[in-house]
Amino acid sequence: MALLQIAEPGQSAAPHQHKLAAGIDLGTTNSLVAAVRSGEAKTLANSQGRDMLPSVVRYTADRVVVGDAAMAAAVEDADNTIVSVKRLMGKGYQETAALKQQVPYRLVDQHGLVAIDTVQGVKNPVEVSAEILATLANTASETLGGELNGVVITVPAYFDDAQRQATKDAAKLAGLTVMRLLNEPTAAALAYGLDSGQEGIIAVYDLGGGTFDISILRLRRGVFEVLATGGDSALGGDDFDHAIVNYLQQQTGEAELSHQQMRQYLTLARQVKEQLTERDDVSFSVPTARGDVDGKLNKTNFEQLISALVKKTIRACRQVLRDAGLSNEDIVKVVMVGGSTRVPLVRNQVAAFFATEPLTSIDPDKVVAIGAAIQANVLVGNKADGDTLLLDVIPLSLGLETMGGLTEKIIPRNTVIPVARAQEFTTFKDGQTAMALHVVQGERELVDDCRSLARFELRGIPAMPAGGAHVRVTFQVDADGLLSVTAQEKSSGVQANIQVKPSYGLSDEQVATMLKGSMQYARQDMQIRLLREQQVEAERVLEAVSQALRADSALLGIDELEAIEQALTELSRVKQADDIAAIKAAIEHTNHLTDDFAARRMDQSVRSALTGHNVDEV
Amino acid sequence: MNYFQLFNLPATFELDLTELGSRYLKLQKQFHPDQHSSGSERDKLLAVQQTANINDAYHSLKQPLLRAEHLLALRGLKISHEQRSFTDPQFLMQQMELREQLADIDNSADPDAVIDSIDRQLQQQKNALLKQLGAALVTETSEQDQLAADLIRKLKFFFKLQQELELIEQQLQD
Repeated sequence: MALLQIAEPGQSAAPHQHKLAAGIDLGTTNSLVAAVRSGEAKTLANSQGRDMLPSVVRYTADRVVVGDAAMAAAVEDADNTIVSVKRLMGKGYQETAALKQQVPYRLVDQHGLVAIDTVQGVKNPVEVSAEILATLANTASETLGGELNGVVITVPAYFDDAQRQATKDAAKLAGLTVMRLLNEPTAAALAYGLDSGQEGIIAVYDLGGGTFDISILRLRRGVFEVLATGGDSALGGDDFDHAIVNYLQQQTGEAELSHQQMRQYLTLARQVKEQLTERDDVSFSVPTARGDVDGKLNKTNFEQLISALVKKTIRACRQVLRDAGLSNEDIVKVVMVGGSTRVPLVRNQVAAFFATEPLTSIDPDKVVAIGAAIQANVLVGNKADGDTLLLDVIPLSLGLETMGGLTEKIIPRNTVIPVARAQEFTTFKDGQTAMALHVVQGERELVDDCRSLARFELRGIPAMPAGGAHVRVTFQVDADGLLSVTAQEKSSGVQANIQVKPSYGLSDEQVATMLKGSMQYARQDMQIRLLREQQVEAERVLEAVSQALRADSALLGIDELEAIEQALTELSRVKQADDIAAIKAAIEHTNHLTDDFAARRMDQSVRSALTGHNVDEV
Repeated sequence: MNYFQLFNLPATFELDLTELGSRYLKLQKQFHPDQHSSGSERDKLLAVQQTANINDAYHSLKQPLLRAEHLLALRGLKISHEQRSFTDPQFLMQQMELREQLADIDNSADPDAVIDSIDRQLQQQKNALLKQLGAALVTETSEQDQLAADLIRKLKFFFKLQQELELIEQQLQD
């Protein structure tokens, strides 16, 4: 036992309770992992000393290679080397038709979802992303000296439900506990906000490899309030590269490029783009069928090539300001995120639009991971004070399909999350016992113009005359921006059974199958993991209920108290053994016994939260 | 659910929005799911539901029209989902004129000036109605409540027109 305990200021005095957490920026081009160590958030380097991991996964006949080594094979083995997989997350096969020309590997249809045909068979974007996440988590475990208790993964604010769910599924497949999906701009603001104690309204302009986000946030006394968010989930620095590739093709007259050539051209384009940040013109040689051809590109020409793309981002800035009910003079600072913000034209246009010089003191490639690490450290419980509060919004409206293929909005975009909205439906036929609902995400009037999220079937509605049954459907979006749906028939109180068919996502069963099939989890490992998960949950329940009893046992009758205490004794006994089902049953039993108690405590704490306190404390 | 009670504020139409905002943040800091990330699954779900309630309550009290509706609902007069046609001919005439003005923006030589002028009109009339609404809601009698309900219905027209105006402005800019 340690005789002397030295704690960092503001941290727990019990070092053995210090938990390991990391923030992960799962990017289109590069990914990073960061953690708070000795009170400072920093990105972590892998064994080769690199902290930027190219988001590239290569499948060989018997191995999976991630990062720089995979990137090195991108030209010679383009078919099996998956780059920019983030652009495929949560997408249907049909939707990716345009990307098909751009990516140098073979896209295939996997039950309507897009997947990639590799030498190891068909791999979907969730599996590919899981490889990247597992590699990053490994770097973090090695650096921090232990298995991670939890991670925060960042996603573009503009990601829809399917894309967020796919990201979460990838983490699950990689064996990670996701404490929160955090919007990239919020993470960036968090990194800057804590650094400089900035107050006021700020804009976060995030132009990554494949996505563009613009968010408006209000910062005050540790509260990060997202006022509005917008952008384009299919616009980024990759498009700059493709614009250069098109230019190269015009110059050389090479109309059709093989996958391998495409890779070569893209690599060249990226180099040219990066060099034009510092220089006014660049010379290079382009490989063609007739041999190498000399080429040239100057800054002015490059800026012409990309000016329409940059304008598109500025239009989105205008729109998001409108959504927030603000004008560009209200913005006190602009935070730049993403490697593509190094392009001088981008910086100049952003500076001109917001009439302020953008902030670039934190490396735009690292700022998101650093913010994620700060939040991960808070969520894992290493920093118990509730000083920071992140209030995020839903980026796209959620709606339902109504008669004639029209949408009815249920939760408008930019509503603060978590949010729950209920809608009532009646039956239109005598004896009707089922109902179908189609949930879509987007701003347009027609269902066909929005993105289909899921189809729900409500079953088990009690048979009644037409219009007799009133089904109340509740749509809930949690802090991660993920939707869940519950339904209840009002007169009978019968809970309708919901079957979810995600339009562009994996069902729970598919994720479970993938987990079982994954090489990383032999059957035994799976069992151990499931057992540990249940044990951790049992500990949480024990801790939460014991604490509740210490604080508020006065709210319980003697019989209730006795029953709960018995359940706790039973739960801690069962927890020691390795029977997963028994632990689960004991948790459910305890939850069932304490449901009322928890509700009473909640009511009491809401009542007491605002009484007896000076409001200035807030 | 009584939203005023949730924030421990008096159930009146005139509301100190700064105070409401700071109480909202205080509740959020206590109940936000991020404060319960190491709790049990059930406790996490409760936190999500509770913050969803708090967000809903704040959203409703922040906006005058929704606040007035909530106040009336607490007094037993529900108008949020009613289907009811309007019978005040003078008011309807005025609405039609405003709509014609909106439709004409496209044809005008200086659309921005027209938009500004309509915006001012809408703002003025809206503020006048809001003032009447505030006065009507002070005393809780069934006549005053009915009057307030009528004013809310009228105000809804103005809010809708303003939204449409913003949309037109946006289309012109793009």
